[in-house]
Amino acid sequence: MCRVIDLQQAVLAKNDGCAQRLRADLAARGTTVVNLLSSPGSGKTALLEAELALAAQRAVPVAALTADLATENDAVRLARSGMPVKQVLTDGLCHLEARMLGGHLDGWLPDGTRLLFVENVGNLVCPASYDLGETLRVVLASVTEGEDKPLKYPTAFGLAHLVVVTKTDIAGAVGFDEAAFRANVAQVNPGVEVALTAARTGAGVGLLLDRALAAADGGPVHAPVMASQPLTGHHHHDEEAAPEPHEHTHAPEDPHDGHGHAHGHEHAHGGLASAQHAGGPRS
Amino acid sequence: MHEMSIALAVVGQVEEAAHAAGATAVRTVRLQVGELAGVVPDSLAFCFELACAGTVLDGARLETEPVAARARCAPCASEWPVGMPPDLCCPACGSAAAEMTAGRELRVTAVRWDEPTAPAAGAGSTDPTAETATEAVTVATTGRSRRTDPEER
Repeated sequence: MCRVIDLQQAVLAKNDGCAQRLRADLAARGTTVVNLLSSPGSGKTALLEAELALAAQRAVPVAALTADLATENDAVRLARSGMPVKQVLTDGLCHLEARMLGGHLDGWLPDGTRLLFVENVGNLVCPASYDLGETLRVVLASVTEGEDKPLKYPTAFGLAHLVVVTKTDIAGAVGFDEAAFRANVAQVNPGVEVALTAARTGAGVGLLLDRALAAADGGPVHAPVMASQPLTGHHHHDEEAAPEPHEHTHAPEDPHDGHGHAHGHEHAHGGLASAQHAGGPRS
Repeated sequence: MHEMSIALAVVGQVEEAAHAAGATAVRTVRLQVGELAGVVPDSLAFCFELACAGTVLDGARLETEPVAARARCAPCASEWPVGMPPDLCCPACGSAAAEMTAGRELRVTAVRWDEPTAPAAGAGSTDPTAETATEAVTVATTGRSRRTDPEER
């Protein structure tokens, strides 16, 4: 007998459930996650190096986890700050998922860590779909990437809590049109803060740390319009947008099973050398 | 290219539901894909076929239903298609949209599968060719949460 089943399941429900639990677990430990997204080469690592160094100076306990397809170069750079740093090699996977992140934190994240910076895989497409349990999602773009980047990658920029422009020290040389960039950001994410930084000169360094600490203290965080659509339970797009009555979280039947999606994770992790660097640049 | 991850998630969810219901073969999976879900339907279809191999979904067809993105303005009480790239400021008054009402969907809506001929709880006249939803099974899930909800932490 053939039967049609009205299933109604959000495809990312498992990741979202994992992210919720991770956020709650980390909150209980006093840790707030900052998820950094950008294209490859936008300057996530350089800015993060500067922010970690500043945190070290101010004795703010922070840690960083950086994800790349290959090499431990970023972890080596970040570890110069003296802060705990972990490199995750995704073996080709283009994004991090909440369960992967949780697994990497187990037994590594030092107690008392106030902020955990997660440097996502350099990619503005895939990471945008995955909540990692962060409180602050930061999307970066360098001045060389074109003012229309927010329009080309609307989901990434549209879901940001903070947008950071990097490499502004060369803005003049590359003819960066700040007003156009800001207008494009406002089109996909009205109201989000756009901060200007230049890690090489130190301009704007510290803003990320300040915003992250404010969010960790429970301060207000920008609410992107794009994140406002209730996607829980039954939702028919052609209906009047009635407030979703079942917004409360109930866990999927077995959130920890090893099915399907999880397989991808195991593969992605296979044979990877997750390394913790205590310091020591390899230059 | 996270479509493979998405495809594996879809297959995993349908597999679970199918096993729970004792379904023997999944024929079609219907998926809503919002314009702003960040998923490419063609790529997803390719990955879906691979992800189905060797599961109860082997050979299943993926039917994707695109959903246009729409937003609503509170002061104007109007709703508009935001287009691509999206414009989330009200075309009438220019203020920021109060919310998106559609466009970020990424959800399995319906699945068609084979079940062993029903034990038929009393109802003797089950039509074996019926392909309409006779008994809708609804599985509540944790949906995507609003990550900006301040109470979430």
